Amino acid sequence: MTSIAWSQHLIILPILLPLLIGAVLAPINEARHGLKFGINLLSTATTLALACLLLGLVDNEYWQDGIGVYLAANWAAPFGIALMLDRLAALMLLLTAIIALVALIFSMKRWARIGVHFHSLFQFLLAGLNGAFLTNDLFNLFVFFEVMLAASYGLALHGYNVRRIRAGMQYVIINLIASFLFLIGVALIYASTGTLNLADLGARIPDLEADKLIFLQIGATVLALVFLTKSAMWPLGFWLPGIYSAASPPVAAMLVLMTKVGVYAVLRVWTTAFSPEAGAAAGFGLDALLIGGLMTIVFGTVGMLASEDGPRMAAFGAIISSGTLLTVIGFGDAALLEVGLYYLLGSTLATAAFMLLSELVDRIKTPGSTLLAVTMEAFAIEDKPEEPVGVGIPGSLAFLGLSFAGCALVITSMPPLSGFIAKFGMFHAMLDLTPASGTVSALVWTTMALLLLSGLAGIVALMRFGVRSFWVPDDIVAPRLNVSEAMPVLTLLTLCVALTILAAPTLDYLNRTVLSLSNPTGQSTRVLGEQPIIRPAMEANR
Amino acid sequence: MMEAVIAIAIGVLFGSGIWLILRPRTFQVIIGLVLMSYAVNLFIFVMGRLWTNAPPITLEANVDPGLIADPLPQALVLTAIVIGFATTALFLVIMIGARGLTGTDHIDGEETDS
Repeated sequence: MTSIAWSQHLIILPILLPLLIGAVLAPINEARHGLKFGINLLSTATTLALACLLLGLVDNEYWQDGIGVYLAANWAAPFGIALMLDRLAALMLLLTAIIALVALIFSMKRWARIGVHFHSLFQFLLAGLNGAFLTNDLFNLFVFFEVMLAASYGLALHGYNVRRIRAGMQYVIINLIASFLFLIGVALIYASTGTLNLADLGARIPDLEADKLIFLQIGATVLALVFLTKSAMWPLGFWLPGIYSAASPPVAAMLVLMTKVGVYAVLRVWTTAFSPEAGAAAGFGLDALLIGGLMTIVFGTVGMLASEDGPRMAAFGAIISSGTLLTVIGFGDAALLEVGLYYLLGSTLATAAFMLLSELVDRIKTPGSTLLAVTMEAFAIEDKPEEPVGVGIPGSLAFLGLSFAGCALVITSMPPLSGFIAKFGMFHAMLDLTPASGTVSALVWTTMALLLLSGLAGIVALMRFGVRSFWVPDDIVAPRLNVSEAMPVLTLLTLCVALTILAAPTLDYLNRTVLSLSNPTGQSTRVLGEQPIIRPAMEANR
Repeated sequence: MMEAVIAIAIGVLFGSGIWLILRPRTFQVIIGLVLMSYAVNLFIFVMGRLWTNAPPITLEANVDPGLIADPLPQALVLTAIVIGFATTALFLVIMIGARGLTGTDHIDGEETDS
């Protein structure tokens, strides 16, 4: 091969584009927020289009085996950094782009303007997220995690008030310590296997000597601690409710996505390194994931019952969702994982929608914004953003009530929306796990009972919240809602409905995803076999 | 011998770091984080084995790889130092902001009543 197809570069664009746009946005004066917002919107929309395109290409086997490989700087795989785009990565890119776009539109009228550099940080966060999904190299994953986290520190503190800075400080410390652990894990894995490329790692593990295997397992455990801190597994997830409920709503919606990055990283490393083909290391630590996931569901359920305000409830919803996913990964079963990923889509969309919605619902209680006034004073912003005027939407109370019901249905997995299909499918797959003799193991029963209980607790908690918000008889004021604030919530809910209606094609896609995930040998051959381009001049030098 | 010295050094640094990050004052926490980052950087470096008088890169072809130090941990540690430095600086900014807004340097943003 002497030249590269242009379409190959599409793989790295979801990282490069936000990175460049973020840099371009930084020097533009904050007073021109219209322009900044426009550029940001354009870039995010382009990322969404790119994600759709990549998903289409990957699923139509445009690249061999449905895996696109991009060799950064034209270095062959274990020596350079390889980006790998498979069906799972493409799906996560799409999910990220969707939530980013709606969160951005939501922030247009108010939230983007209460501090500086919102748009740059937003783009950097997007770059970090996309990079973490695409990379196939552990150290590169660390770098993208840091890009993502550094941007998220800024965004979480965006609009700087006492509550945010208290929660933000703890968030930053936890993540700094997690980063150090990440490095230790990476170093141990390098010391024991001599590689950091995931595909290469997967190929080397079956032949690893026993004494090195122990080092690798310690390294992987330390690494898992980091990923599980991000995905808020009990007892590592105590930081999450504080920062999620303190952050501004569009940022909180993006943070919901970040717990899924942790889950994604666990899934990626475990399906590559500790697959059933990994010899002595096969299935390492899955039991811990399973138990941890179950404990997380319990923690989230109790927290959900105990919390009173919307964002906090959504935060515990995200914890329950993480716990469910970790449990699903812990079972290590392909059919279950397929439905688990379907659950991930629905629950992420609904939790993000709920984050956005709860701020709108709060306006019923506090017309005007006391919070905004405090932050503006602290930041000395003279250019006061106008109160959400413009095109208001009619029947705002009815809209809020119905959207709230929609979110609640998905989060608590009640019929008829996607949450129900996901949970039903999970039960089905779990019962199928049992051997032919027909006895269902106690573990499966426990898991099913916990999942049902978490749903029940969710219903109780959300209903209480709904009743207190919408059915209070006295002084209820229909808030003014802007189209740019109602639309994002509506879009996310429409997507949840679409996910329900299109459940069959979605599950088909996920089936192909899981099939490709459970073939790590195929993946490593694909990544390691990608040939760099040899230019004639280089050829002459040989 | 050299291994033991390095291992003890990493252990002492990390241990002190852990003790400090559990303290209630932000200044202690940040010093703890810095100590931990030193320990981690040393750790990565050591994971490429300890070498003396061996170049990491050579231009000669067909050299016995046993005579060359592993260049990768050195590259990793360089990246880790830069990133650790940047994130610590970021934390310093947040720390100063917290001191200004809450009026205390307690990690929770408020004094406990003890």
